[in-house]
Amino acid sequence: MRYPTNTQKNILKGRFETVNINAEAVAGTLESSDAQVTVRPSDRGLFVHIESSVMNQYGRQIKATVIETLKGLGVRFGNVEVVDKGALDCTIKARVECAVMRSNDASESGV
Amino acid sequence: MMFMNAQRPGLIKDAYIYGSDSIILDLEDAVAENQKDAARFSLYHALKNIDYGKTEVIVRINGLDTPHWKEDIRCVVAGGADGIRIAKCESAEDVRKVEAEVLKAEREFGIEEGRTLLMAALESPKGIMNAYEILMASPRMFGCAISGGDFRKSMHVQIERDGIEMMAARGNMLMAARAAGLQCFDTMWPNIDDIEGFQAEVRQNRKMGFDGKSVVSPKQIQYVHDTFAPTPKEIAYAEKLCRSFNEQADAGVGVYTVDGKMVDIPFFEDARRVIELAKACGVYHGDL
Amino acid sequence: MKNAVGREIPDEILKNGREVYQGKNYKDGKYIKKASPKSRMFVKPQESKLVATLKEACIQCGAHDGMTFSFHTELRNGDYVGAMAARVLVEELGLKNITVAATSLGAAQDVIADYIEQGRITGVQTSGVRGRIGEVISAGKLDAPAVIRSHGGRPRAVEADEVHIDIAFLAAASSDCCGNSSGVGGKNNFGSMGFGTHDAHYADHTIIVTDTLVDFPNLPSSVSAIDVDAVVVVDDIGDAGKIATKEARMTDNPRELMMAKNAAAVIAATPYFKDGFSFQTGVGGPSLAVNRFLEEHMREKNIRMSFALGGTSKAICDLMDKGFVRHILDTQDFDTGAAAHIFRTPGHHEISLSEYANAGNKGAYVNKLDYVVLAALEIDTNFNVNVITGSDGILRGAPGGHPDTAAGSKCCIIVTPLTRGRMATVCDEVVTVTTPGDCVDVLVTDYGIAVNPLRQDLIECLDKAGIEHVTIEQLRDKAYSLVGTPDKLEWEDKVVAIVEARDGTVLDVVRKIKPLDVNAEGEEVKF
Repeated sequence: MRYPTNTQKNILKGRFETVNINAEAVAGTLESSDAQVTVRPSDRGLFVHIESSVMNQYGRQIKATVIETLKGLGVRFGNVEVVDKGALDCTIKARVECAVMRSNDASESGV
Repeated sequence: MMFMNAQRPGLIKDAYIYGSDSIILDLEDAVAENQKDAARFSLYHALKNIDYGKTEVIVRINGLDTPHWKEDIRCVVAGGADGIRIAKCESAEDVRKVEAEVLKAEREFGIEEGRTLLMAALESPKGIMNAYEILMASPRMFGCAISGGDFRKSMHVQIERDGIEMMAARGNMLMAARAAGLQCFDTMWPNIDDIEGFQAEVRQNRKMGFDGKSVVSPKQIQYVHDTFAPTPKEIAYAEKLCRSFNEQADAGVGVYTVDGKMVDIPFFEDARRVIELAKACGVYHGDL
Repeated sequence: MKNAVGREIPDEILKNGREVYQGKNYKDGKYIKKASPKSRMFVKPQESKLVATLKEACIQCGAHDGMTFSFHTELRNGDYVGAMAARVLVEELGLKNITVAATSLGAAQDVIADYIEQGRITGVQTSGVRGRIGEVISAGKLDAPAVIRSHGGRPRAVEADEVHIDIAFLAAASSDCCGNSSGVGGKNNFGSMGFGTHDAHYADHTIIVTDTLVDFPNLPSSVSAIDVDAVVVVDDIGDAGKIATKEARMTDNPRELMMAKNAAAVIAATPYFKDGFSFQTGVGGPSLAVNRFLEEHMREKNIRMSFALGGTSKAICDLMDKGFVRHILDTQDFDTGAAAHIFRTPGHHEISLSEYANAGNKGAYVNKLDYVVLAALEIDTNFNVNVITGSDGILRGAPGGHPDTAAGSKCCIIVTPLTRGRMATVCDEVVTVTTPGDCVDVLVTDYGIAVNPLRQDLIECLDKAGIEHVTIEQLRDKAYSLVGTPDKLEWEDKVVAIVEARDGTVLDVVRKIKPLDVNAEGEEVKF
């Protein structure tokens, strides 16, 4: 397991420093009430793409939740793609965090 | 106690509406090995965000022989679950190992020390033999449950409709729990469609003295409640005992008879327990 | 102009005497002028009305550009006849500007969506719309808005000549050569033909489409030869597997059972629950399960139902066979158990949609109904119900008899989970009003029961029975706390559908949805 040296993170305490998206990683499923989040490295900036089965009513909230979560993690570069199947905000948050941490090989412990 | 896969958001978001007394969010068998991390993320945010009301939330963590259990404990404690179910618990030492990690996590996350309770899942003959020392190993312990699947495998037996294959184990565990003054729960009935078999087992559980049953489907909850709730006859007798005891105590009598049977103080205590249980089950409408 | 449920109805809709909704009894006592069809005389003795092809029958019946055709949907998702009729009119005869007037529209008629997109079918009048047809109408592919009417509103509009049917294509399980036809007696039996019988009386022409020709006379019949112009025999009128399941499945979903049990408890706590009460329920999970719990209450109180109304499932037939139900008044059969029960069981009667629910006649059964248990896609804090648009604004539902039974019954109970996925079912304002809130009395959800404050009498009944209830605002708050408060939908000006109340006034309109796009091309996120 490889830990990025520039990363100081602790999700459970709500404290993060910069985390980067180092490799492509996926978290979540396409089941109803879930969301699948795919993250890929980017050197141009941070881009978020949302697809949702509840776009018309919740599209803005989903995007805001994703961006807030990425901001909390300190992610500045990457492509983040969310395919939402009506997940609650707490699920979206969990899936984004897990995908980003997985892309750092850091999802298994000490989060 | 209803089991729910912690990795499935659709399941855990409002599992409490079915009226089970506690739900067990499972990080162990229900979660595939390569999704343990994802399950922890979703468990943590579910614990933080979902209001489970009066339902206790207990998390089944991965076994102490896996690389997952320490991180599981950090996640559970940080999320603020009511309790941890220690899978494959075999000795007092196992409990103490978990307790140490829980305490560490409570300190790490600034959570009141001792808030997170523990229960043991006894899944092997060794666990059953050590039930009493396991239950007494920590003041955090609130009870134990037998886990049928693994236990039967280690005993080289199959599930039987009369429960004969686990009779001794259930009896041993129950005695240990009563001796320790803690709660005791039976294993789940795996075949959701076999309602008759399930009901027979629940009736046997109650006769043996269990405090409750693990369930794997909301469909099973109502029958457990109906079976474990005191019957109107039991409630009426308990009421009679309580009232007569109050009268006899005023008169200074120790041993006396009710309905032709001799009763004394332990009877009264049990009667009080029946009334309290009836109240908790919502079936008591008297004035005691 | 704002109507009585607070919906803004655009003036251009309010032409030709069309009025806005003004309360549930606004039209009571007023008169309607009944239309009469143009009917061909069959003076000469005739061996048979069999015609070799549907195309030929259409030509005989004067099919023309700008015509209106109808069909019934007793065969639900298994129906072949609606699509067959549309295909003949559009493709074989090359007609234009066709209006379809159906009792519902769904996946079985998906081909109609193509004809709408091609501009061949230009008018839609229906009591329900699902699948691709709903999507193309929502996308604004019709020039004139679709008109959505309840099952009672449809025969009223037909009688008032607001819909004039040129040709009714009626699927029949069996028919003789002259058109005495029935929903049973063939290879694809669907039972009650109550959705179609009224059309036979009011359409200029009626074509019976069957796959089982039987000896003359095919009696008893649901449609009589006196109303039939032609009989066409086809290989199959439908897909038996999709017409009806063997038995509408009794749910074992504990959430649905819990709601059903609570709905039955509400019924048992109200004063109309006495010997001779009347009852209707749907076939959806929790609604159907109410039958089961109601039986326990009836047994306990030792009472019987005078009549069960509407769509019929085996569950209610079983109740009749056990002696709990005196009459079943049946508009459609949801399963083969019910389809086999009607016509064979004294007391199990076929009724037309007009007899069932038409506010324009003098004795619709819904007005004698004590209880109805219904579902909802959405219900708002004014108890207005939506069963036609999804919360994304797309047409995907069917009012059916919902507004009629809600208005006619003494106690209308809506049973619905508080949320579906991330959709809040209980909300501030429904997307579309299909059933006005003053017709809805009790809401049963998996998170609690709410009673319409207009019904203080029912509130007292529940209190007396010790049934806990909360305000509908509390349920909405709970829903929003679970899933978040949804953003309001954004609409274009174009009206894609008009929702008529059962009396023909305008209850609401559905506009074209403006889809939300949060993915501005290549936009970089900065914080």
